[in-house]
Amino acid sequence: MKCHYACNSPEHAIARRHFLGTLAAGAGTVAGLNALVHPATAAKIAAKKKRILSIFLSGGVSQFESWDPKPRVKTGGPFRAIPTSVPGTHVCELLPKTAKLMDRISLIRSINTESNAHDLSRYKMETGHPKTATIDYPHLGAVVAKGLEEDSALMPGHIHVSGGAGSRSSNSTYLGPKYASIGVGTNGGLKNSELPGGLTATIDDQRQAFRRKTNERFLERRRTAETDAYVQSYEQALQLVKQRDMFDVTKEPAALAEKYGKFDLGKQCLLARRLLEGDISYVQVSHSNYDTHAENFNFHIEQLGEFDQAYSALIDDLSERGMLDSTLVVVLSEFGRTPNINQYYGRDHWGKSFSIALAGCGIQPGAVIGATNKEGTEVSDHEVSAADLFHTYLRAVGLDPTGDFLIGGRSVPLADPTGHAIEELLS
Amino acid sequence: MSDEAAKSEEQEKVELDIKSTHTFKTWKHEASLIGCRYDPTGRYVFASAMDYTVQRWDLVEDKHVSLGGHDSWLRAIGFSPDGKQTFTAGYDGKLCFWETDSESPQPTREIVAHDGWVRWLSVSPDGKLLATGANDLLVKLWSTESGELVHTLEGHEKHVYSTLFHPGGEYLLTGDLKGVVNQWEVKSGKLMRTLDASGLHMYHGGQQVDFGGVRCMTLSQDLKELACGGLHKGSNPFGAVQEPLVLVFDWESGKQIRSHEAKDIKKGIIWRLIYQSDGTLVGASGGGSGGFVLFWRTDKTEVHQFKLPNTVFDMDMHPNRLDLVTVHHDSHVRISRMAAKT
Repeated sequence: MKCHYACNSPEHAIARRHFLGTLAAGAGTVAGLNALVHPATAAKIAAKKKRILSIFLSGGVSQFESWDPKPRVKTGGPFRAIPTSVPGTHVCELLPKTAKLMDRISLIRSINTESNAHDLSRYKMETGHPKTATIDYPHLGAVVAKGLEEDSALMPGHIHVSGGAGSRSSNSTYLGPKYASIGVGTNGGLKNSELPGGLTATIDDQRQAFRRKTNERFLERRRTAETDAYVQSYEQALQLVKQRDMFDVTKEPAALAEKYGKFDLGKQCLLARRLLEGDISYVQVSHSNYDTHAENFNFHIEQLGEFDQAYSALIDDLSERGMLDSTLVVVLSEFGRTPNINQYYGRDHWGKSFSIALAGCGIQPGAVIGATNKEGTEVSDHEVSAADLFHTYLRAVGLDPTGDFLIGGRSVPLADPTGHAIEELLS
Repeated sequence: MSDEAAKSEEQEKVELDIKSTHTFKTWKHEASLIGCRYDPTGRYVFASAMDYTVQRWDLVEDKHVSLGGHDSWLRAIGFSPDGKQTFTAGYDGKLCFWETDSESPQPTREIVAHDGWVRWLSVSPDGKLLATGANDLLVKLWSTESGELVHTLEGHEKHVYSTLFHPGGEYLLTGDLKGVVNQWEVKSGKLMRTLDASGLHMYHGGQQVDFGGVRCMTLSQDLKELACGGLHKGSNPFGAVQEPLVLVFDWESGKQIRSHEAKDIKKGIIWRLIYQSDGTLVGASGGGSGGFVLFWRTDKTEVHQFKLPNTVFDMDMHPNRLDLVTVHHDSHVRISRMAAKT
C-alpha cells in the first residue's frame, strides 16, 4: 500500500530500507548536496567539509561597545577605541584579545535590518528573509545542514549549544524536522545518554533491532511525514548517544578549557569546536544577554569580557587545528543598540546601523565592509541587508544562494532573491 | 560689608526646612552630566560630563570653564581639605591633579592609576592621601604631595564602586559590586574587617549578570552609622526594573541595623548619600519619572521626597549645609535649597 504522504511528492518515494539503513537520507529530502552546491566548489567541499559556527549575542550587542567604536562623540559612550592587528582598524577597548586577532577577522559595519523589534529583526538575521504571514522560512542552520548534508552523514547537522539540552526546535520549517536544531548543553556532556543500569550494549542493540522491525511493519501501511519525523528524530538521537563523548568538554585539556574560560560561553565555544570536529555542519552558540536598556556600559564590560576571552580562544584554536579555513565563524545579534544613551545609562534597540564579525572559510581576513556616520546614527557607506548576509554565508560554505528548494512541487528560493553576496569578502 | 559676607550672613539666618526644598539655580551643558562636587570653600561646582570634560561653575562670578584632561567619562572628583587642589579620576584609569581656581585649568599631574574604570576617589581627612577604587579590583592609596603610590589594597573580587575615609583618618572603607564593604587600616594597608552589604547585589540568572553594588557610602556625623546606597528588587536589570535601597550599619558591631526604601520610586538607584547635620540622611536617586532627593530619619521615616524634573546621576551638599547640587541626564546642573523660598 502506498504511504499517505502529505505532499505525495516523488522525493518522498524513497526506498524504505535505504532510509532506515542509512538513517541520514530521510524523508523530507528535497534536494541533496549536489543540487545546492556551486558546481565549481562541490569537489572542494567534498575534500574538506565546510561548516558554520554562529555565535549569537542575544538581545543585541552594542556596536559602539564592540565593532564600531565612536569615542569622543556624543553617542560614543565612555569606552576608547583600541588599535588592532590590522593597521587602521580599531575596535572597542572591551575586546583587547580579539583586537590582536583582527587580521583573521572581518567586520561588516553597515547592516540595516529596518527593524527594532527583537523577533522581527532576529528572524531576518537568522533566516535572511523578512517575516511574513504566508511562509515561514528556515533558520540558516537548517539550510546549511541540508545543503551540506552528505549521504554518509549519521549525525544531525544543526545543533544549538545552550544552557538547556535535549530539545528539538521547529526552526527548519518546510525543510523538515530532520534539519531542525537540536539543543545541547555543556554540563556533564550529553544528558541521559547512558544506558540504564543492567542494560548491556548487546541487549540494547537487540531491542533497537526489534524496534526497527516493528517500525518497518507499521510503516509498510501507515507511513506519513509525522512517522518519518519521529523515526528520524529517534535515529539521530541514537547517533548522538553513540557519540556522547563528543559532547563532553571535560575531555579537553584543562589549560585549553582555562583559555576558553570556565564560564558558560567558554564551555559552549569549546563544545562547539568539538562538534565542528565531529562534522556537524552548523553549530550555534548563544551568549546571554545584551539587551541593555539600562546600565549598558556596566553590562557590556561583564558580557564582552567573557566574549572576548572565549571568542579569541576559539579563533586561535580553530586556526591551530587548521579548521578556520573550512569553518565560517559568524558573530551576530538581532540588531545593535541606539546611538542615544538613555536616562538609565542604557541603549535601546537599533536595527538601522550595526555590525557583525566574520572569520574563516575563505572570508577575506582583516577587511572592513561599510561604515556608519560620525555619530553612528545611520549607514554612510555600503548598506548591507540581512539577505545580503545570508547570501554571503551560503557562498562562503560553497552553497548557491540563488538556488531553489523543491518543496511539495513548489520552488522556494534558498535565500531571499533580493539579496546579494558581499563579493569583496569572498575569495 | 562685601557681597559675599552679606550673602553668608543671610544664609546663616536661613533655617533648614527639608520639606521646603526648592531649586533656585540651573545651568545647562551640552552633554549629560554624571558627577558633581562642591569644592570645600563652596565657591565652585565641578560637574563631569559625557563629553569627557569637567565643567567648573563659579557660583560667585556666575561663569564657568571646562577642564579637559581625561580620555573617557569620569565621576570621581575630590579636593584637598583647603580646597586648593582638585583631583579627578576617570574611566580611562587616569588620576589628574588640578589647581582648583586656575583661570585656565590644566592637569598639574597625571597618573595612570588603574587598568580600568576608576569609579570613586576619596581624600584623607589630613589631605595627605588619596584613595581610588577601580574595575581592576584594586584600591590604591596615593600621596597627594608626590603623587606616589603608597599602598595597593587587594581583596575585592568584583569591581570597586565606592571609597570613603573614616573621618579619624585611620581607616578606609571600600565597597564593591558584590556588596562587600572592606575596612582597611590606612597605615598598614591591612584588611581589618568586612561588612556584608550583599543586599545591594544580585545575580540575575536569566540575564546572566551581576547587578547592583555599593554605589555610595557615608558615615553619620556622630560616626555611629555607616550608610550604603544602591538598589534592590532588580527583577529585570536590563530594563532598569529595580528600586533604590539604603542599608545602614552600626559602626561598632558592623551589623546592619536598618534599611531605607523610597516609597513609589521605580527604576531608581541611590547614587549619593550624605548625612545632614541634624542626622537626616539625604539620598539622590534617579527614577522612572524624574530624579529625586530623598530624606530619611533614623527611625526609618521617609521625611520627604523632593522631585526633580530629570534623572539625577549625582549630588553634593554645599558647606553651608543648605544647598544641594544635582546633575542630570538632561545636561542640567540644578542647585536646590533645603529651606523655604525667600
